[in-house]
Amino acid sequence: MHGRPRKAPKPEEEAASVAKAQKLRALQTQFFSFHHNKIPSQTHLRNRKRKQKMHGRPRKAPKPEEEAASVAKAQKLRALQTQFFSFHHNKIYTKEAVELSAKLLEINPESYTAWNYRKLAVEHYLSQPDCNPDWIKSVLDDELRVVENALRQNFKSYGAWHHRKWVISKGHSSIDNELRLLDKFQKADSRNFHAWNYRRFVAESMKRSEQDELKYTEDMIYKNFSNYSAWHNRSVLLSALFEKKAEGFLSKEKVLPEEYEFIHQAIFTDPDDQSGWFYHLWLLDQTVTTDSPLLASSWPGHGYDVFLVEDRCYNGSAFSPFTALHSDSGSFPIVLYFNQPVGGVSSSTVTVECGFNKNEDLLWKPLSASNSQTARVWVAHLKIPSSDLLSTVEVSVGHSKGIISTRGFEYSHPSMFSFKVHVQPMERDFSQVSVAESISLREENFKIYGSQSEESIINSFNQLSIKNGHESTASNWRSEALAKEIECFRELLSLMDCKIGKLTLARLLMAYDVMSYPFANKLVHSEEVLELCSDLMKLDPTHYQYYKDEHSMVLLQKVTSSKESLLQHCFQYKDSVSSAICGPVCLRLNNLSLSRMGAFEKLLWVQMLDLSHNELQSIEGLEAMQLLSCLSLRNNKLRSLTALEPLRKLKLLRVLDISYNQIGDHSIDTTRYLCSSPLSHSVGSESNKDETVTSDVALIDNWEAFYIFKDFNLNQLEIVGNTIADEKFKSVLVKIMPKLKQLDGKLLG
Amino acid sequence: MDDIPPYPPIDPTTFDLIVIGTGLPESIIAAAASTASKSVLHLDPNPFYGSHFSSLPLADLPSFLSSHSTSPSPPRSPSSDDPNEFSLLEFATRPLYSSIDISTFSPNLLDQHSRKFNLDVAGPRVLFCADKSIELLLRTGTNQYMEFKSVDATFVGDNKGNLWSVPDSRAAIFKDKSLGLVEKNKLMRFFKLVQGHLAGEQDVKISEEDLQSPFVDFLNKMGLPPKIKSFILYAIAMADYDQEDTGVCRDLLKTKDGIDQLALYNASIGRFQNASGAFLYPIYGQGELSQAFCRRAAVKGCLYVLRMPVTALLVDKDTGCYKGVRLASGQDIFSQKLILDPTFKVTLPLGSSPPLPLKEKLPFFSLKDDKGKIARGICITKTSLKPDISNFLVVYPPRSLFPEQVTSIRLLQIASNLAVCLPGMFVLYISALCNDDDQGKKLIHAVMNTLLTVPLDSESNAAVQSETAEIGSAVQDETSESSSGGPSDSGEEKPTLLWSALYSQELTLGQVDFICSTPMPDGKLNYNDLIDTTFKIFQEIYPEEEFFPETSLENPEVDGDASPET
Repeated sequence: MHGRPRKAPKPEEEAASVAKAQKLRALQTQFFSFHHNKIPSQTHLRNRKRKQKMHGRPRKAPKPEEEAASVAKAQKLRALQTQFFSFHHNKIYTKEAVELSAKLLEINPESYTAWNYRKLAVEHYLSQPDCNPDWIKSVLDDELRVVENALRQNFKSYGAWHHRKWVISKGHSSIDNELRLLDKFQKADSRNFHAWNYRRFVAESMKRSEQDELKYTEDMIYKNFSNYSAWHNRSVLLSALFEKKAEGFLSKEKVLPEEYEFIHQAIFTDPDDQSGWFYHLWLLDQTVTTDSPLLASSWPGHGYDVFLVEDRCYNGSAFSPFTALHSDSGSFPIVLYFNQPVGGVSSSTVTVECGFNKNEDLLWKPLSASNSQTARVWVAHLKIPSSDLLSTVEVSVGHSKGIISTRGFEYSHPSMFSFKVHVQPMERDFSQVSVAESISLREENFKIYGSQSEESIINSFNQLSIKNGHESTASNWRSEALAKEIECFRELLSLMDCKIGKLTLARLLMAYDVMSYPFANKLVHSEEVLELCSDLMKLDPTHYQYYKDEHSMVLLQKVTSSKESLLQHCFQYKDSVSSAICGPVCLRLNNLSLSRMGAFEKLLWVQMLDLSHNELQSIEGLEAMQLLSCLSLRNNKLRSLTALEPLRKLKLLRVLDISYNQIGDHSIDTTRYLCSSPLSHSVGSESNKDETVTSDVALIDNWEAFYIFKDFNLNQLEIVGNTIADEKFKSVLVKIMPKLKQLDGKLLG
Repeated sequence: MDDIPPYPPIDPTTFDLIVIGTGLPESIIAAAASTASKSVLHLDPNPFYGSHFSSLPLADLPSFLSSHSTSPSPPRSPSSDDPNEFSLLEFATRPLYSSIDISTFSPNLLDQHSRKFNLDVAGPRVLFCADKSIELLLRTGTNQYMEFKSVDATFVGDNKGNLWSVPDSRAAIFKDKSLGLVEKNKLMRFFKLVQGHLAGEQDVKISEEDLQSPFVDFLNKMGLPPKIKSFILYAIAMADYDQEDTGVCRDLLKTKDGIDQLALYNASIGRFQNASGAFLYPIYGQGELSQAFCRRAAVKGCLYVLRMPVTALLVDKDTGCYKGVRLASGQDIFSQKLILDPTFKVTLPLGSSPPLPLKEKLPFFSLKDDKGKIARGICITKTSLKPDISNFLVVYPPRSLFPEQVTSIRLLQIASNLAVCLPGMFVLYISALCNDDDQGKKLIHAVMNTLLTVPLDSESNAAVQSETAEIGSAVQDETSESSSGGPSDSGEEKPTLLWSALYSQELTLGQVDFICSTPMPDGKLNYNDLIDTTFKIFQEIYPEEEFFPETSLENPEVDGDASPET
């Protein structure tokens, strides 16, 4: 831990650790039995308090005389405390009383009450009418002395450091002295983050320049480069200097290569030390991320011909199957996908102009898992007047200020896109058919598009023009820096096997591809990255899932990177019964052993998605695919109903297959705490109209099912093959979703 | 000899042990024997402590060296007419130093301030922070009589006068600007391998086969580039001979030994909080060590008599057994055991017929061992070889200065803050193992020519005059220590030599036989081997006694005292 060498355990220590492990196992067994049976009890809670040794440093068992001493100390402490509380409650601030609190704090610096008492005492003194500057100074100096003594007892005492800040911010005390004190503490423990934290406070109060502090971090790093705190402070200082545009820090172009050079020394000297890698990751982030947010893609995209049909079955030759959209709600979504989470998207920052509806104030909503007002994806719904058969829509983003990234940067690349909307009026005859129709995502119902190579389909696919909607802001130095890093880490890996080195190389290669080929849509390194990820899965099984996720993301980037590769996954859905070409294009990303879903910015157009036979545990981000009407998650590894949360935001979803997952396998859904409970106000207010339903006992037991499914407009649901899906649960589902027509292949009356 | 006052008589006249000479091994034995409650008489013919391990004033060094450079006059007429029951065997001195070459370029200055210098006879020498001498000092509490300072860095030199810092720790590797990234990685991984091996980690064990193979082969196997290999072999493991030329190498290091050396070096770095480097140097010079052990012995009851030459050995007429010594005062002192400084050898009086048992032993004892020589040089300058740093070690690996250089040359610069010279001056100790005096001179001169400006004879007078004035003023104003070196710091000028002493020293081993004789200073940088030998001698004479038992610790706070001054 922390780069400090671990001592090999002595035999007696090993024996002790075996005994400890046994005890722990016994405790754990009991704990799990409580946990699974949901019995919170005193025993259960106490088990949580057992402390492991800290930072890998073994604890010594106390000797009898030490125990006796600690008993005596406790008694003394209790006596002091009792007296202290009586002073405190009676607001006695005499010299004697204040000295008592100092004594208490010297023994126990963790006593927050005593610190607060001292603050009150200081305030009391300072409010005296006869106080003069000298006296104030002597009072505050006393406080500093008490803090220093307390810190000597425990230099990681939050209360003591905080009290010091409080005293210093009163003014009157010499701040220079603080740096001297800090030097002492930082010499004793160069990584103590309390001291570093306080140092930032002191540096700011005395207006010490960032450059001086930067030099200080450099000195500390030269003493021992395994110092997270020093590297961290360096990143903080550099960020501040970049923001200020201080002299010599005007552009990252000059500073970052030097920092890379610096960190290479640490990484190459000791690749096993983590502190350097953390700083490298920060540098990489600084290199890759553009400050101001960008619009990555949208639906509809620029130049799209959108066909709105009010009917599910339509003639494929007439409209593009890629951009035809069935809509029975009288509106269609406009989706904006940014390259980083932003806030402030509204009708004033994004204007939508179209023939049929000029000054309508659209309501933009963020699509994010949490209820924050920032998101990468924003959606608004545009109403379609059935009278206008063809109209042009123009969307302008960011022409007036207000779109701001979570890091505080303004959207600074105003952009505009336009598309045409064709409205196809409803034909009654067909609508009769569609009611009875059910969609079955079986192998025999799909036909690949690529083989057909119909001109019209290719053309309409071209219209999707999968590319980033904006000119690249990547300047030369960024890709040069990345290329240099790639070379550097290839060299490191040629010297030795290094897990984090491989991971870093994978990250660099991906970043390089994304940066260098924004238009070419070529990912030259994707094969190598996939190989690195597969390698890491084998090398580092403890983090298997992480590498698996990375692998999935890269694979999806690769699949969506070009028209050719994507077309191989595009199928036509063809009902075996009617044998008519029906519905939109189905994107099939099945059997790819995906553990995560990604590349959403390129898949906003997808209406039918087959993700079956993968290893998905989460479908985070899927909420971006606003057009989804039919989704198969059959044969995946979803473990809980709460994992389906992103689907709540898909208003057009009609057909969902979650059969053969692991929902209900584990009796405790640990993600459950992430969603709001039915008893909380947010859900309660929304669901007032469902009051009759919520009063049902079965629903209260299955409140997460209620929470997830109540907003669905599903026609068809497959849930068979999950532990949770017994008859009782199914009956609950039917109650929650009265509009459901078909459940596990059975038509519902 | 005339000015020495009449010798006082020594009382008592019988001791358990007589030790002649106050060199470091003798002093340690005297201290150990006193600690073991033996009655000890410690004599030295010199008026100072330390003998061949002493630190001497500038004027005294040449006379000490030359007094040990010639064979003495043949023994006086046999005193067979001695009335008592002993045979007298006269002591003779061995020639231990040769081709002594003293050059003075500023006579006035050095004459005036001779006593301000403490020049080590056996330099360059340092203590590793974790070596046996430090352990011994701490264990015996002798450290309370001494103060140390850290030697701040180690450099490797080349024939162009460059000094490259040795990346000897994680932080140093990180900081080093001369190493490439790949070199840093390889070096650190090698250090980690060694650390893991020493810590007994299973997965990084170095195989037995590798441990027995030459260290240089192992370094090659680890793929270390030549530069790093040279750093490890000569500047960390301190190998003496060219490890890559088996023809000339007399000390081919096995991996096992190499790793032990690395372990010692590694344990030395950071052992004491205020010592930044791996080495320590005693304030007032290395001679302090002998003196400290003598004080330690004196505290335990050892009797000291300096300026007391010993003239003859008293042996039993019949058995030939050792009985005692005759002092220059004429007094006879008796003891069971005798320890003898390497200065002395016993000669058979001409024409005498010693007792039979002795006849067999003597040739053995007077045998001159042929361990080769060590060339030593002491130079005094008034500017540091490297600006901003005053106390440091420089190693010139074999072949780094000229192709025929088969041994490494070591140089230690010590500044006036260690009280070895006038303020503002620097003492450079240089040494290299050699086969003969000529080879030795060549080695020492090679370093001096690379690093120093040696004034030519024709110019020396003028140059010396001005220097004398300059330094004279610097001496008066002691506070201007740093500024006195100022003018020459700015240029690329090599420091100018003010004074030098070059000499070759015989390498004699200690002997444990009829009479025990201690070794001369060896060619190593530290005292580890000498302490081992000393321990063996002690065990030989007192097999029953413990060498400084743990209970002898008198001063519980030794650890605090051991840390050097800053």
